[in-house]
Amino acid sequence: MSGKILYSYTGIFDTPDQIIHAAEKAVEEGYTKYDVNTPYPVHGMDEAMKLKPSKLGYVALIFGLSGTLSALLTIWWMSAINYPIVIGGKPLFSFPAYVPIMFEVTVLSAAIMTVVAMLFFFFKLPNNSHPLHGTVYMKKVSADKYGISIQADDPKFSESSVRKFLESVHAAEIIPIYWDEEEINHQNKIFEPKFIVFLAAVALITSGVTYFSFNKLMYMVPFNWMMDQPKLSAQQSSPIFTDGFGMRQPVAGTVARGYMPYQFKGQSDIAGAKLINPIPVSKESLALGKTKFDIYCSPCHGYNADGASRLRGQFPNPPSLHSDKVRTWTDGRIFAVITEGQNIMPSYSSQLSVDERWAVINYIRALQRALNAKESDVQ
Amino acid sequence: MSTVDLTQELSVIEGKPPLRELDDLISKPIDAKASKKFYIALTISGSMLSLLVIGLGLTFYYGIGMWGNNIPVGWAFDITNFVFWVGIGHAGTLISAILFLLRQKWRTGIARFAEGMTIFAVMTAGLFPLIHVGRPWLAAYLFPYPNQHSIWVNFDSPLLWDVFAVSTYFIVSLVFWYVGLIPDFATLRERTTHKIKKIIYSIFGMGWRFSNKHWQHYEMVYLILAGFATPLVLSVHTIVSFDFAVSILPGWHATIFPPYFVAGAVFSGFAMVQNVLIIVRKVFNYEHIITLDTLEKMNKIMLLTGSMVGYAYAMEFFIAWYSGLPIERFTFINRAFGPYAWAYWIMISCNVISPQLFWSRKIRRTIPVMFVIAIFVNIGMWFERFVIIVSSLSRDFLPSSWHLFVPTYTDFMILIGSFGFFFTWLLLFAKALPVVSMAEVKATVTGSQPSHGGH
Repeated sequence: MSGKILYSYTGIFDTPDQIIHAAEKAVEEGYTKYDVNTPYPVHGMDEAMKLKPSKLGYVALIFGLSGTLSALLTIWWMSAINYPIVIGGKPLFSFPAYVPIMFEVTVLSAAIMTVVAMLFFFFKLPNNSHPLHGTVYMKKVSADKYGISIQADDPKFSESSVRKFLESVHAAEIIPIYWDEEEINHQNKIFEPKFIVFLAAVALITSGVTYFSFNKLMYMVPFNWMMDQPKLSAQQSSPIFTDGFGMRQPVAGTVARGYMPYQFKGQSDIAGAKLINPIPVSKESLALGKTKFDIYCSPCHGYNADGASRLRGQFPNPPSLHSDKVRTWTDGRIFAVITEGQNIMPSYSSQLSVDERWAVINYIRALQRALNAKESDVQ
Repeated sequence: MSTVDLTQELSVIEGKPPLRELDDLISKPIDAKASKKFYIALTISGSMLSLLVIGLGLTFYYGIGMWGNNIPVGWAFDITNFVFWVGIGHAGTLISAILFLLRQKWRTGIARFAEGMTIFAVMTAGLFPLIHVGRPWLAAYLFPYPNQHSIWVNFDSPLLWDVFAVSTYFIVSLVFWYVGLIPDFATLRERTTHKIKKIIYSIFGMGWRFSNKHWQHYEMVYLILAGFATPLVLSVHTIVSFDFAVSILPGWHATIFPPYFVAGAVFSGFAMVQNVLIIVRKVFNYEHIITLDTLEKMNKIMLLTGSMVGYAYAMEFFIAWYSGLPIERFTFINRAFGPYAWAYWIMISCNVISPQLFWSRKIRRTIPVMFVIAIFVNIGMWFERFVIIVSSLSRDFLPSSWHLFVPTYTDFMILIGSFGFFFTWLLLFAKALPVVSMAEVKATVTGSQPSHGGH
């Protein structure tokens, strides 16, 4: 017929009883590639067409169970393995608390995957180029008629026999359906100007929006990530206080803990005589002393306190702390040097707290003894 | 065949309209130009929506200090609104899923609309936890994703369960709704003569071709989705109630909360659906699709759930007395006679007393009266959440930290605005999509199923 390729012969019926009858007869005739199109599911049609029960229930079961299991495993790994943290004294793996989320994930994965499986794998949708689309037949069966469509690729198909069959079941109308030539031969061209403009627009909009949101929007109020804060920085003025200063003086006549003023300024010999190391030698104090010595003292005096540092050869040469002079100094005398500095050495009182200074002294003593051990140490 | 058989259930759709006429009627608001009434309604809801925009703008710019919340009342209007709107959503799922499983055919006329309301109500509800966190643009922190802090969310917390429950609920409702819409999109695609509309319907209809081989799977999936949505809807409000019940605050720490909250949610949801449907059937002339019988059945459900809620109120009081715990007793006496007594008695009179009028068949079938009662129910249910949240928080364990909550104008803007948000979506939905499922309604018209079928 005019060179068009036949897809199917369709018959249209007015009542649900007729279409059920037609479907039953089609099965009897032995047609296999046929379909019934109705505006809503007609009861009894599945039996009439002898369709096997839907397998989508298994899809729901499989994805539901895998949702449950993956939720459980994920939560267990996150809260008991990857970052174990005790909350409210509960065990790391507190199963009852996980049940609600496991349930929700089950429902979510089962519902989504069942629908996805139905639409995309069972029905092979979206498919707007099916030959039935855009026909009078489709217009009718989408509203109030009932149709049967017997496909041309059915092994029992022949135009005359199908037409006769449709007449025998009293089809109100018989319509042949052809493949749409244009649709079959249509090919999307990559270099179509419209398509290229579309691609360019997508690229431009995507990159523009991305640039704007990450480089600009995130730095605008109110998205500025707490960068704008009403607190005062050092040296800022404040209208709250009468003197206008934001920074406050300590209360008169008080001393903050750990900030007792140094009493022997410029009197290092008196300090040496009077100050006593309050920190007993211990593993901890030596460890702290080593850390601080390595940070603040070693750049000049060297890691072993022998003056072997990268400053050796400069003038004045950094002195060794193993000299008789330093070895015979009291702890208090060394404390005075660290606190006030000496010659070119500056004061370290702002870098080292009082306790840290004593710890450093303990560590220096250990270094000195390592190089000039006593007889008793040998045993 | 056309004579009324009294042994059969009454037809859901009054009369026996030709199927094509149903299509015409249902797609009329979509095809026709919007009426003046529609624009007036849209203007009102749009103005309310702009209040929300301004309220949120103030909140984001200045911070949530704009609200009346202050310690110890850390949760106030925001969480009240959240629970209220999630509850509204529950009726939709109940109608579309539970009544489907129970083979209640009268649901067909109202299911689509109620499902739409579910989605919009959950969207509205979702706003509140987001804005309550202060910086909603960082809301991704709520989900367990691998991050630079290399830390995970707290899976023991009901607030996290809530994140999962509400987002699952929204997605599943949306999927359910869309699956129901596919055949209707296809019907619209075949009906329309408008070129652009045809493209849109073709995209969303996905090329559905009413094949019975498809209908068979489709019905199975609809059943599966209904089967999943039923426990889901019960779980969502249960988990919302866990937000309170899992804490140790007197007035919140009660095992009755999950069923009590679910009943309350269905109660308020049906009231809202009934209110909106009364307007819709009038405006769109759907009187014989959304029938008086359907409305009466909804009123019966309201009567049932309202009585359950009333029972829960009484039981809370009984347990407070029976527990012998002085703090628990104080909380409940304070609820009824303390500074928020006015809210408590509004709740009691709206929720417990007013639905009892539905015992009368005459009132159940009188539209203006049932409309007013449903409005009262909604007011009462909003106050129920307010009473539970605010009255319990404002009188905590240490009298020195007691504090009365006073809402600010921003609170009210957001509350009114949330209604604007909801109704704007609803109006656009009513204009753009079929508010009644064409395929489902056609399947229930008398004579639309074979007379000698095996069923």
